[in-house]
Amino acid sequence: MSTVEATAGKQSGELSDWLRERLSHAVSEFTAATALVVLFIALSVASPYFLTADNLFNIGAQTAVIAIIAAAQTMVIITKGIDLSVGSVAALAGVVGAMVVRDLGFPLWAATAVAIGVGALAGLVNGLLITVARIPPFIATLGSMSVGRGLVFIITGAVGVYGLPRSFQLLGNGEIIGIPFAVVITALVAVGVAFLLSQTRFGQYTYAMGSNLEAARRSGIRVGRYLTGVYVLAGVLVGLGGMIAASRVNSGQPNYGISLELDVIAAAVIGGASLFGGQGRIVGTIIGAFLIALVRNGAVLLDISIHYQQVIVGLIIWAAVYFDQYRRRRLESRG
Amino acid sequence: MATTPTAVTEADERPPAGEPPVLEARGIVKRFGHVEALRGADFTVHRGEVVALIGDNGAGKSTLIKTLSGVHPPDEGEIRVGGRPVRFSTPVDARCAGVETVYQDLAVADDLSVAANLYLGREILRSGPLGRLGLLDKRAMRQGATAALDELGVRIPRVTTPIAMLSGGQRQCVAVARAIIWATNVVILDEPTAALGVVQTGRVLDVVRRARDAGMSVVLVSHNMPQVLEIADRVEVLRLGRRAARLRADEVTTDDLVAAMTGSAEREDR
Repeated sequence: MSTVEATAGKQSGELSDWLRERLSHAVSEFTAATALVVLFIALSVASPYFLTADNLFNIGAQTAVIAIIAAAQTMVIITKGIDLSVGSVAALAGVVGAMVVRDLGFPLWAATAVAIGVGALAGLVNGLLITVARIPPFIATLGSMSVGRGLVFIITGAVGVYGLPRSFQLLGNGEIIGIPFAVVITALVAVGVAFLLSQTRFGQYTYAMGSNLEAARRSGIRVGRYLTGVYVLAGVLVGLGGMIAASRVNSGQPNYGISLELDVIAAAVIGGASLFGGQGRIVGTIIGAFLIALVRNGAVLLDISIHYQQVIVGLIIWAAVYFDQYRRRRLESRG
Repeated sequence: MATTPTAVTEADERPPAGEPPVLEARGIVKRFGHVEALRGADFTVHRGEVVALIGDNGAGKSTLIKTLSGVHPPDEGEIRVGGRPVRFSTPVDARCAGVETVYQDLAVADDLSVAANLYLGREILRSGPLGRLGLLDKRAMRQGATAALDELGVRIPRVTTPIAMLSGGQRQCVAVARAIIWATNVVILDEPTAALGVVQTGRVLDVVRRARDAGMSVVLVSHNMPQVLEIADRVEVLRLGRRAARLRADEVTTDDLVAAMTGSAEREDR
């Protein structure tokens, strides 16, 4: 062993290694944040309405739903999975939450608990399909997307759930000292999930399963249980997000959340989550969610049609995934 | 199970004649459908020795390793650890019996740090109620990992570096170190240097030697005959699902090994 050669050149090499290590984590987050700032400034210039208090409040509330559900999606993506059912499940949770208020007179907190329960149940179904029935996540959640949407239409008769008390709007449109209540909830969720992922054993196993499932299994991690747990927890957040979305429009909308999965997958991937598993952080996802919400909001303000918004979101997904591939290749070529 | 990894430090003497083998397989039969991969295979490892397991392709090396590490429970036969019969139904059973395995390609999680990999599945949690919530004690794991790698002479930049940023040799050293750190009886290495260059191979073998000198038993599966003779104390040869020969590494040449593997010479001695 040549210890001499190793200690020489250690100083400079170590520092640059350390930097590269830090940067590889932060680089997509930094890129996304830069894009966010640029877009923000551009929209401030392009539209006189953009910086109004009303619009900013609106963006905050809109970001909230995307961010909460994108946080859920991020956990799933870290495990090398994907959840296509988020839109349907959010709609189902929102509709059920609205129905128990209208038909059974549930107070808001109880209705929210019910909506979260609906999301958790859907997550459990997804998790079991993937871990017990061994259906790949893409197909399992594609099925859930269809089943969930079908259920929404069945229980509502394809008619929105209206006639809710004004108090139902608290989650989506309420505020605390000028800050949208939904933004406060989002902040709590973001901090909670970020903490869970970075500081706990559950988080460690989430990354480990996405990075090398077989290694995780052979390390004695009960991967079936933990993977299902990730989908259940994701479902909880999707249920909460669906309830906030329903609250924003003071009704349960059976059509809510169609193609929402694209927005949240885009948010997660823009923020640095890798569809190859093992990578992703909530900070990045929140930035990504803001970016998507700004694109949507800006398109409305600038009178760009919804069809173009779809195209823009699709392009963003392509770019983000391409960037992820590129980054992976560079990292691997070093090894 | 200890929460802090320490490579075994007291160097044991050569095993006294009376001590049972630390790991022993007797008459192992394993079938896959109609294929009989192992037909009454025997295998013996004593404390503090490096045993190379060699054999031609299809001789049953991988299957034997997998029965010894709990991946494939045997259909017939007996596995003993320290003389006591055990049943390995899962890899976890084998690990609980102090048998750790480094698989050819599935060893580590690339996105996790070195420290996280060393502690994967055995994380140290904070003490008190926070720990019961699953809160990791990252500092303790960093320190434990640094100390353990130092002891084994594994040099990596920092234990917080993700495995993906290490070289192939460093990666394999971490995987081997991880097994050595947690094993109490035997470390099984399945082709640990197959994908490595000369220098990197040397580093991995250094780690193996240090572990052996500290009293650990090592099983090494390898196709590289000079390497087998360089590092192993003994060689066991598998042919057609059975043990064909047991050889002392310092008494044989690579030609002898090849002869034993292919069956062109029959010998059954120590």
